[in-house]
Amino acid sequence: MDTVNTATLLLYMLSTAGYLIYLFLQKDYLQRLGYALLLAGFLCHTVIIVYGFVESGNIPVGNLRETLCLAGWAVAGVFLIIQYRYNIKILGIYAAPFIALIMVIVSHLPQDPAQTPTIFKSLWLITHVIVILVGEAAFALACGIGVLYLLQENAIKTKRHRFFFRRLPSLDLLDTVGYACIVIGFTMLTLGLITGFIYAKSVWGRFWSGDPKEVWAGITWLFYAVLLHERLTVGWRGRRSAIMAIIGFGVLLFTFLGVNLLMEGHHKDFTKI
Amino acid sequence: MHDIVLLGINHKTAPVELRECIAFSADESTIALQTLHREPHLDEVLLFSTCNRMEVLLVTQNKSAAIRDTKRFIAQFNKVPIEQFENALYIHDNDEAVRHVFRVASSLDSMVVGEPQILGQIKDAYRSAASLKTSGVILNRLLHRTFSVAKRIRSETGIGDRAVSISYAAVELGKKIFGTLEQKKVLLIGAGEMAELAVEHLIRNKVGDIFVANRTFESGVNLAKKFNGKAIRFEEIGESLKTVDIIISSTGSPDFIISRNQVKAVIRSRHNRSLFFIDIAVPRDIDPEVNWLTNSYVYDIDDLKGVIDENIEDRQREAVKGERIIDEAVIRFRQWYEGLDVVPTIIALRNKLESIAGAEVKKTLQSNQISQQGADAIQKMTNAIINKVLHSPTIFLKKDGMHDDKSLYIDVVRKLFKLDE
Repeated sequence: MDTVNTATLLLYMLSTAGYLIYLFLQKDYLQRLGYALLLAGFLCHTVIIVYGFVESGNIPVGNLRETLCLAGWAVAGVFLIIQYRYNIKILGIYAAPFIALIMVIVSHLPQDPAQTPTIFKSLWLITHVIVILVGEAAFALACGIGVLYLLQENAIKTKRHRFFFRRLPSLDLLDTVGYACIVIGFTMLTLGLITGFIYAKSVWGRFWSGDPKEVWAGITWLFYAVLLHERLTVGWRGRRSAIMAIIGFGVLLFTFLGVNLLMEGHHKDFTKI
Repeated sequence: MHDIVLLGINHKTAPVELRECIAFSADESTIALQTLHREPHLDEVLLFSTCNRMEVLLVTQNKSAAIRDTKRFIAQFNKVPIEQFENALYIHDNDEAVRHVFRVASSLDSMVVGEPQILGQIKDAYRSAASLKTSGVILNRLLHRTFSVAKRIRSETGIGDRAVSISYAAVELGKKIFGTLEQKKVLLIGAGEMAELAVEHLIRNKVGDIFVANRTFESGVNLAKKFNGKAIRFEEIGESLKTVDIIISSTGSPDFIISRNQVKAVIRSRHNRSLFFIDIAVPRDIDPEVNWLTNSYVYDIDDLKGVIDENIEDRQREAVKGERIIDEAVIRFRQWYEGLDVVPTIIALRNKLESIAGAEVKKTLQSNQISQQGADAIQKMTNAIINKVLHSPTIFLKKDGMHDDKSLYIDVVRKLFKLDE
């Protein structure tokens, strides 16, 4: 299994290198190479996840290492789909290093086999975890696209046309893809919260227990709900949408990690080091 | 041995007053080509004339006579005394002539480096030379090499990548904002050559409805007709901002035509969709503050010029890569060209036959048991065959047979026996 772990990390890092060189040289084959390497990395990564699943008989989110590993997998998967669908070549510049960074952190975390409490064995829980992580991955990409949008917008407004102006795609494409990511993220987050509530009901007998994690998940959900609502009604697009996507991801990160590390709650298992 | 010679003037060596005096129109070129080709010292000729340059490319066995005759011809044909253009005339021969043709066709020698028209113009010039049969083996080969060099430079360097005119720059910017310009609505305020050119470029990029606003409604109507658009009244501009996406403004107004507040007022009803203002007017028509409103972008004439200057610099940097490709191509052409001489061709032909015969003899001797005596006899016979076979071609290449175009026969021989590989 160690070999697969190493291979995954290596492939992600090579993909990052490919994309970084692409950023400077702008040769299309580099970008395709980066994508292919990332796809290969993703397949190895899938092997790790499936292995973890078979090994423990449950979804591998018993400690921080496993959780981050699964989160990285979700980001890679969502990126591959978005890139395939929209062909937004520059996105790899953000996604590949991001995924590689997650995996570097994962490789430095201790690898204790997690003790899985019996209450973890539920289809609702598995769905909850996967759906939430896919949603969060989509938001992570939306944040990256938001940053790219602001860079490009700044280049156009300040009339500096050298580096980013040429390398980044049109504002319209960035906005469209960013929006798509937020729609995917929001849908998944909603489904994730619903399955979470159902699972909570089946385990603790109540939908809502006022746990900090639940509260912050609610805040995150509301934040993105406002963003989408404003976009649909008054057309919050472009710059404002990009800034909101970046802030939203900050809130999300806090919900995902900050709450566990700073507050108590019933999600603490999965960030156990 | 032939020489390749090039005589020409261009925008760097001659002012426009002189260039227009010794330019050849398409019809004139035909007559000029035929006349030049009849000159005794000019074996192959190609004539190339645009508004920025006039060049005569020729192949001759007597360089100085050919140059003299060509100069005289240019003077007579255009009725300009030689002294008047002699100083502006540059003359290159062989490698330098080849390099010059490569550079011109690749647009490295153009006024705007990387402009794409030049290659088409040279192709036309070559086509008429080929159809009048004033080009022969050497120029045919040279021009085909030229086309592939130019193509290679265009695809491998970025000399043609970025916009270097105001209207192209505007279209390029529009694409960075809107992705595609298809179905985007355009408003033209005022009139003017540059603004109209920009609208035409936008139309080529399949924009949607076009509106024209003019102080005098009637001229607006006329202009709108030209673009298949719709004229609106000047007072309606504020209202139209709700629907249009690209605004090109070019009026003589001393004040701003579109103010920040006017744009701010429509943002909400536009659902924040982007607005792109192209302000070609001096003094400006659009309040520069509009640029700082969300999703509004204003480019005035200086901004666009700044974009173009950057792009020109980039093209010049890319041109350096082009020069390297040309250096390589010049060397390769020279190798082919030198091979066109009689002696090297005869030697190459003999070497070719000897290497084939040598290999076959070796094979035969190895696979059969042949005595030393027999082997010597076979070797002797082989050499005799080679000599007999080469006898007539050698005589032919050296003396008779080649009445008109020596290089043609040499070229055929080299191709028949694949001597260039």
